[in-house]
Parts: sequence; structure tokens; C-alpha cells
Amino acid sequence: MDIELLTNILFAMVRTGTPLLLVALGELVCEKSGVLNLGQEGMMLMGAVVGFIAALTTGNLMLGVMMGIMAGMAMACLFGVLAIQLRANQVATGLALTIFGAGLSAYIGTDYVGQGLSGFQPFIVPLLSDIPVLGKVLFSQDALVYLSFIICIVLWLFFKFSRPGLMIKAIGESPYSATAVGLPVIPARWIALLFGGAMAGMGGAYLSLAYTPLWAEGMTAGRGWIGLALVVFASWKVERVLLGAWLFGLASIMHLVLQGMGASISSNLLATLPYLATIVVLVLLSSNQSRSRMLAPMSLGKPYHPAG
Amino acid sequence: MKSFIKKAIVSVATAGLVALSTLSAAVEKPLKIGFVYVGPVSDAGWTFGHDEGRLEMLEKLGNNVETTYVESVSEGADAERVIRKLAQQGHDLIFTTSFGYMNPTLKVAKQFPDVKFQHATGYKRGKNVGTYSARFYEGRYLTGVIAGHMTESNVIGYVGSFPIPEVVQGINAFTLGLRSVNPDATVKVVWINSWYDPAKEREAAESLIAQGADIINQHTDSPAPVQAAQDKGVYAFGYDTDMSSFGPDAHLTGSMVHWGGFYSDTAKAVLEKQWKAEDVWGGFAAGMVEMAPYNKAIPEDVVAQVEALKQQIADGTFAIFEGPIKAQDASIKVSEGTKLNDGDILSMNWYVEGVEGTLPN
Amino acid sequence: MRIAIERRPYDSNLMKYLSPVLAIVLTLISGGLIFMIQGQDPWAGLYTFFILPVSDSYGWSELGVKAAPVLLCAMGLSVCYRANIWNIGAEGQLLMGALIGSWAALSWMDSSSSWVLPAVLACGAIGGLLWALIPAVLKNHFNTNEILTSIMLNYIALNLLLLAVHGPLKDPHGFNFPESALFTDAVTLPIIMEGTRLHLGLILGLFAVATLWVVMARTFLGFQLKVIGLDASAGHFAGYQQRRLVYFSLLLCGALAGLAGISEVTGPIGQLVPSVSPGYGYAAIIVAFLGRLHPVGILLASLLMALVYMGGEMGQIDLGLPLALGSLFQGMLLFYLLACDFLISYRLRIQPSVKPMAFPDTSTGVSQ
Repeated sequence: MDIELLTNILFAMVRTGTPLLLVALGELVCEKSGVLNLGQEGMMLMGAVVGFIAALTTGNLMLGVMMGIMAGMAMACLFGVLAIQLRANQVATGLALTIFGAGLSAYIGTDYVGQGLSGFQPFIVPLLSDIPVLGKVLFSQDALVYLSFIICIVLWLFFKFSRPGLMIKAIGESPYSATAVGLPVIPARWIALLFGGAMAGMGGAYLSLAYTPLWAEGMTAGRGWIGLALVVFASWKVERVLLGAWLFGLASIMHLVLQGMGASISSNLLATLPYLATIVVLVLLSSNQSRSRMLAPMSLGKPYHPAG
Repeated sequence: MKSFIKKAIVSVATAGLVALSTLSAAVEKPLKIGFVYVGPVSDAGWTFGHDEGRLEMLEKLGNNVETTYVESVSEGADAERVIRKLAQQGHDLIFTTSFGYMNPTLKVAKQFPDVKFQHATGYKRGKNVGTYSARFYEGRYLTGVIAGHMTESNVIGYVGSFPIPEVVQGINAFTLGLRSVNPDATVKVVWINSWYDPAKEREAAESLIAQGADIINQHTDSPAPVQAAQDKGVYAFGYDTDMSSFGPDAHLTGSMVHWGGFYSDTAKAVLEKQWKAEDVWGGFAAGMVEMAPYNKAIPEDVVAQVEALKQQIADGTFAIFEGPIKAQDASIKVSEGTKLNDGDILSMNWYVEGVEGTLPN
Repeated sequence: MRIAIERRPYDSNLMKYLSPVLAIVLTLISGGLIFMIQGQDPWAGLYTFFILPVSDSYGWSELGVKAAPVLLCAMGLSVCYRANIWNIGAEGQLLMGALIGSWAALSWMDSSSSWVLPAVLACGAIGGLLWALIPAVLKNHFNTNEILTSIMLNYIALNLLLLAVHGPLKDPHGFNFPESALFTDAVTLPIIMEGTRLHLGLILGLFAVATLWVVMARTFLGFQLKVIGLDASAGHFAGYQQRRLVYFSLLLCGALAGLAGISEVTGPIGQLVPSVSPGYGYAAIIVAFLGRLHPVGILLASLLMALVYMGGEMGQIDLGLPLALGSLFQGMLLFYLLACDFLISYRLRIQPSVKPMAFPDTSTGVSQ
């Protein structure tokens, strides 16, 4: 394998991994606060369709991304009303969000299927992009990819050093003890949830504005679910989410690259690799019960009933 | 624009008084025609092409016909119910526009012997079921000739959907055209096992470009490969419809399908009670395949060569699958002087020399 | 004056059954509003969507055809959900049932023996069961979250089905097109109503309804499942073997979903094709909740879900409405249901000073 091919593959890996990274980071924050939102796919689809329509009608890509983020947050609001305020089962609510988002996005996007727009173009970072291999891979991407790097770093610092970060972790571990020491459980969960919605919306908008600048029904094709798996894969650690998202990106392009190289493995079999890898990692992580208990936020998925 | 199309959808076509005076005198009520689509009408690819054909027919036949369509019909158990519903509601002629509707179409046709059915791209016919398809490969040969002149890396990427004869014909015709002007060029094929999956098509195109392809051809229905080529600064060929708006610099041309003429002729035949269940397989000559506008980057003499070839294919003086044709392992597959007949072409399951990789079975 | 949320001393039985009705009414109202936005007469829209599909006997038979696979999957899922096992994998289990069953059907379809069809159905059930065995083993012995594993397995199952239909199970005379040979009569489900497509699959579904009703209401096994579902630790103290219940509920669900899959291919489709299921396994999740995890409720809910699917087609043919309306209604229905379910355990009271009681609730959590 020559160096140019390697560079190209790694470049495509980062691109392919970016929507996964965005959605997984959002879900990570959400889960840290104890809220399990299985509606990522629905929020992403809404972000994709709303972002695309906004960008197409206004001609402004950044506005499109903003609207995609808003759409994701609006969907997260729906989840919040049911699962946080009305204490509905989080699993069922998340599934409803996914089914609803798929339907609603297809409905409002009907008139926009098959239209194209000129998506985000790469922004070559001066100097840094001259670094061999890494320059092309990391610093010749589009603005949203750079944004994903920045969000990674900010979140890492947030959970490592900041008080609100520790607060969210404490709430996710035990909302009742958190209440006892005076932490605002419900508002914190709302903020985490909305952040998750915003990130999923951005991930969707990345697909429809940068990755394949067009809208197609169900275009997220399961990326929301992979985002959910990534959070577990990464055992709720920001830096591992980054690594995991890129690994997934690599897995999903490698089966196409291998075909181009003339490998005669079935493309369907190769396409199962990312999913198989997730299951294997899940098993490895969770088989040690005490360890996995330590990793996952203790109250994950459990409704919080505030005392009067 | 879109709402206009919507209005036209379900309803009586009020469009123009385009001639056919003899017919309109004889016909009291319009011919009801149903269309079953596999994707959304606005997919910019396969289904969009069929819907353009439907609209062209409406324009040509005016008040003599009225149409209904159902989009995004799954090729599973639902297809039979939808086709049956259309037949039951008094549609006289029903076009089922995807391969997966073959057996459901035949089942319903047996129950409604008076209704005429036309199934696209299939191979089973019945008393009241005809089939139709286009010789997409004729256009693909010409794109191959253009690619042969335009490539610098001598590697062409080909995004394939499913390894069925229709697609393999295209790959082979393209490769023959390519190597007729550039014997050193090769074709890399990546199968994505889907007709329409923009993200996967894009990934496939990008992985091909990463492996040195400087022109991308596609036998999938979304414009994502053209977009990928535009972003990466390489060339691409579209498919189904004119995809140049998705990559103004990248889009060289493309082989487009044109169903409007066939749909109008079929409806006319039914109106005149001349319809027979046949297999129609038309190319340039029948006007079912057309070339998209040529990119300015293609030198004029190349365009002239391609146009001349197109004329020869149309009038039958040039056959694409005429020997000598070598198979992948350089053995002679078609000997000099013989031409493959339609049966051989329709069941093609081998690669010509110059295609890399093995054909999945 | 403010609206206070107050926990009911006991869950309201009335609300438990009223809530789905309320959700349906709210969905209909929202549907009417959407039709108005679409520029349609809302009554005509609702009529086309919910009445017209079943305006003749053939329509009713098609309702049964469409409901059968959803019913089978939802029955299986309801057992899982009662035991607090979040199986999202009915779709994959259905596909594996279709795949393994079709393989059996294609191998044996030239036989004239009368055991061929039962054997094919059994193979389908086993295919789904084996696929459900994976998350069951992983949950029991590796403590792996079944939500994520069962979702991943859905995607793997779909790819395996595609692999088979593009490869070994492809019709040898089918010009490389991705579909199997047509099944012979020996491996085709009998039609239970002449002139329609209504097949044995619906009978199998109804049989599952009856059996599970008895099991859940009358047997110790049903009782154990419910207790585990309400509080896993309570079940543990009572000495129930939780692992065994995980196996039971997941494998049962897998077998039923597998049966749904093989019924589709040997019934209305008649051959193995790439698109066996337009998401029956996911629709079944809604149906299970909408039916209150109760067999009869699920039966009604599956018919409603089938009606929504068919209404989507009707709306398209007759009114030119977008197809996506169908899935939009599905999502709305589940949302409204979840919102209305709040009223089972809580009530709203417009009162100034009563403080609501608080109960920490650990029952609906998800174990990682």
C-alpha cells in the first residue's frame, strides 16, 4: 500500500467518521446525566432534512447547520417532555422519537428529494496541512470536521476539570443523592438532553450539507444507532468516542476499498463488520460485571421522580 | 413547480389539444393508466426518469389518457396489493417499473385478463403482460470512448449496484469503448448492493478515487458519485437523467433513459386496440437511450467521434458486442466475425478484458 | 392556583385502557389537521386513510395479511417487555426466519410429502430462535445490554439475507437477479379464504394470542415474568431463575418473529426477495406498547397498524398524499400513548397547596 493511498483512505475515514462522532458525543453527554435517548436516528434525520431545506432556500450553509441543530433540539424537547417531565419509559420514548423522526422528515422532505446544492468545501489550514499524511488527513477537511475536533477537546476538558461537568456526572450516578446536596437534577438533564439533540441535528446536517449534499429519505441509514453503540464502545469516555468513530468510519469504507483492490470477499459479509465489531466490543466491555457497572452512569435510563 | 406536478398526478390531464383527432373522436372515456414506482418520483434517477416519461405521454396524448402513480412501493408483499388495487379501480394499462414487481405483476395479470400490463426490465411475459427495457449499454459504450480520451491515470472507477446482466452489460460495453481508444486503461468495479443509497455511493466513489481512479462511472441512481467527483476534482458520468447540475465541472455526459416515447406509443396501441404482449428492448434507434449534454472539457474531435459512433449504433452498422472480444483472462470469448445475440447479452455473466476484480456470483 | 402533578395511590385501571383510545383519538385529530395543511378535506382524508382500505371484503382480507407478521412479532416482544427485556431485534429475527425457512423450502420444495410445509415453518421459527439466542446468551453470561446487541443483529441479519439472495439461494434460472426461485405449492402456505391472499400465518398469530393469554394470566411462568418485569431484585429474592426467564422470553420472541418471516415468504410473497419486511419488526414495538402488552390489545393494535400502512397506500392512490404520512401517524400514535400513560400513575389537579407524594421508581431502568 503506497503512502498516497493510505493518506486518501485515512482522509475518507475522518470524513465518514464525523457524523458518527457528532451524534455519539451528544449522546455521551446525555447519558452521563442519566438519560438514555434512543431517538438519535430520528433527531439526525430531522437535522438533515431541516438543515438541507434551510440551506437550499437561503443559500447559506451555516444557516442550514444552525437550523439542523435547532431541529435536533426541537426533537429532543419532545423527548424531554415525555421522558423527563412526564416520566415516561425512556426506551419507548426514544423509539417513538426515531419512528416519528423518520416519518416526519420523509414527509417534510418530499419536495426536496433529488435537489442538489453545493455543500461545504474543504478549508485547507495553512502550514498544518503541509505536514505529510496528517496534514491531508486532519487539516484539509471542511469546517464541520474541524468543529467536531473542537467539540471533542472542549467536552474532554469539561468532564475532566469543570464543576458543571462533575455535576452532570454526579447526577447521572445518583439523581437522589445529587438532589440531597442541592444539585438541580431536572434542569441539568434538560440541558444535557438538548445538547444531545443539537449534536444529533448537526450530525444529520453534516450528512445533508457536507457528506452527500442532498436529501434522501432515511439517509442516516442507521448512523444514529451506531452512535449509540459508540458511546458504550467508548465506555463513556470522550477520547475513546473520537477513536471509535474513526474506527467505524474506517470499517465502513474499508469494505469498498478492498473491493476496488480486487478482494473477492462478499461485499455483504464485509458490510456486517462494523456491527460485528460493536457486538464484540460490547461483550468485552460488559463481561466484567463490576467494571461495567463502574463505567456506565448508574441511573441511566431510569426516570427521576423529584420529591415534593 | 412541484405542486404543479402534484396536481397533475392523480387527476385528469388537461394538457393541450395535441392532435390525435382521429383518436379522440373514437374514444369516449380516457384510457386510465397506472404507474407503480419503486422510489420517490423526485429521486433524480430511475423513478424520476419514468415520471418524466409519464408526463411526456400526458402531454402528447392529452385528454385521451389519465394517469395515477404510486411511489416508493416496496418490492415485497405490498407490491401485489398495490398493483391489484390499480387494476381493480379500472386502470386499463399498468406500468410496473422495477424488476422486483415481476412476479406480483404476473399474479395480478392472471386475475385481470382484460387489463394490460407492462413490466420494466423483467424476463417473464404473459398473455397480457409485456416487458420493456432500454439498451443502456449502447450509451455506456460511448461514455467508455470518452473516458479513454480523457483519463490520465488510466484507471476508471465504476460504482455498481447489483451484479445482474443489465449492469454487467454496461460495465463490459464501457470497457470495450474505453479500450478501443486506450488499450492500457482498466476499470475498477465496486458493488454497493443497492440502487439508491447516496452515502454508500459517495463512499464507493471516494474509495475508487483514493485508489487512483480519475473518472467515475456509475450504475446506481443517485447523483452522489457525481458530487464526489466534483469535490475531488475528477470527472464523472451520470446515469438515468442529466446530472450535470450536481457537478458542473465533473459531469462529462451520461447515458440517459427516455421512456416518454415508449409510453406514448404503448398507450396509443392500447387505444387503437393494437396492443400485444411483447418484449421491447430499445436503444439509440428507438430513442429510448440518449446522451446527456457533453461537457465543454471534451475536445471537439472526441465529441464528433462519439456522435458518429452513436449514428452507426443507431443504424446498425456498428455492433458493440462483436468479436473479437477477450474475456478477463485474455481468452477469446467472442470470435472474430460473430456478434452476440440478444439472448447472450441478456444473460451476460462474465467480464471482458480490462475489468479488474472478479464478478460476484 | 396551579396545576399540580399528583401520584395516584394506585395505578388507575380505567386510564390503563382509556389511554390507548385517547391516543388514537388524538392521532386522528392531528391527522385531520395534517390533511387540512395538505389542502385536503380532513373528513375525506380520514375516510380514505382509515375506512376506504377496509370498505370491501378483499380489503379486510388484506388487513389480515398485513397484520399477521406484525401480530406475531408483537406477541413475542410483549413477553420480553413484560420481563423488562428490551429486545429491539424482532426485525432481524424475522429476517433470519425468512432466510433459514427459505433455504429449507428451496431444498425440499420438490418433495410431495405433507410434512414439508410444517418442517419449513419449523425451520423458520428455529432461524429466528437461534438469532435471538445470541442476545440472550450475551445478556445472561456476558452481562451485555440486549438493546444494542439486538439492534446490531438486525443489520447483520439483513446483510446475511442479501448475501444469500445474491448468492446461494438465487434462482439458478433467474439471470443473476437477486431473488430465489418461486416456491412450489408444497411449500406455500394454504389460503384460508378463497379468492384472497389471507393465509395460515394469521391463524398462527391468533393461536399465539390465545396461548400467550393463557400462559401470562394462568401459569406460574407468566407470574414469574411479570414479577421480574416489575422488580428484578424482588424476583431474585423469590428465587426465580432470572437467566431462565431471559432465555424463555427472548427465544420465544425469536421463534414467533421467525415464524412471521417464513410466513411472509411462503405466503404473500411466494419466494425469497431482498425486501421481505418493510420494518414489521419495528412496527411491532409500537403495537406491543399500544396493545398494553396484553394479547387481545396487541391483536387490535396490530390490525390498527396494518390499517395505517394500507391507508398510506390508499391516500397515495386516491388523494396523491405523500407516502410518509403513514409512518408519521405511527410515530404520533406512540407519542400520544406515552403521554397519556402518564395519567395511569399520576393525575393532574388544579389545586393550590397539596404537595405530591414522591416514590423513587427503579422499575423501568435499563441495566447496562
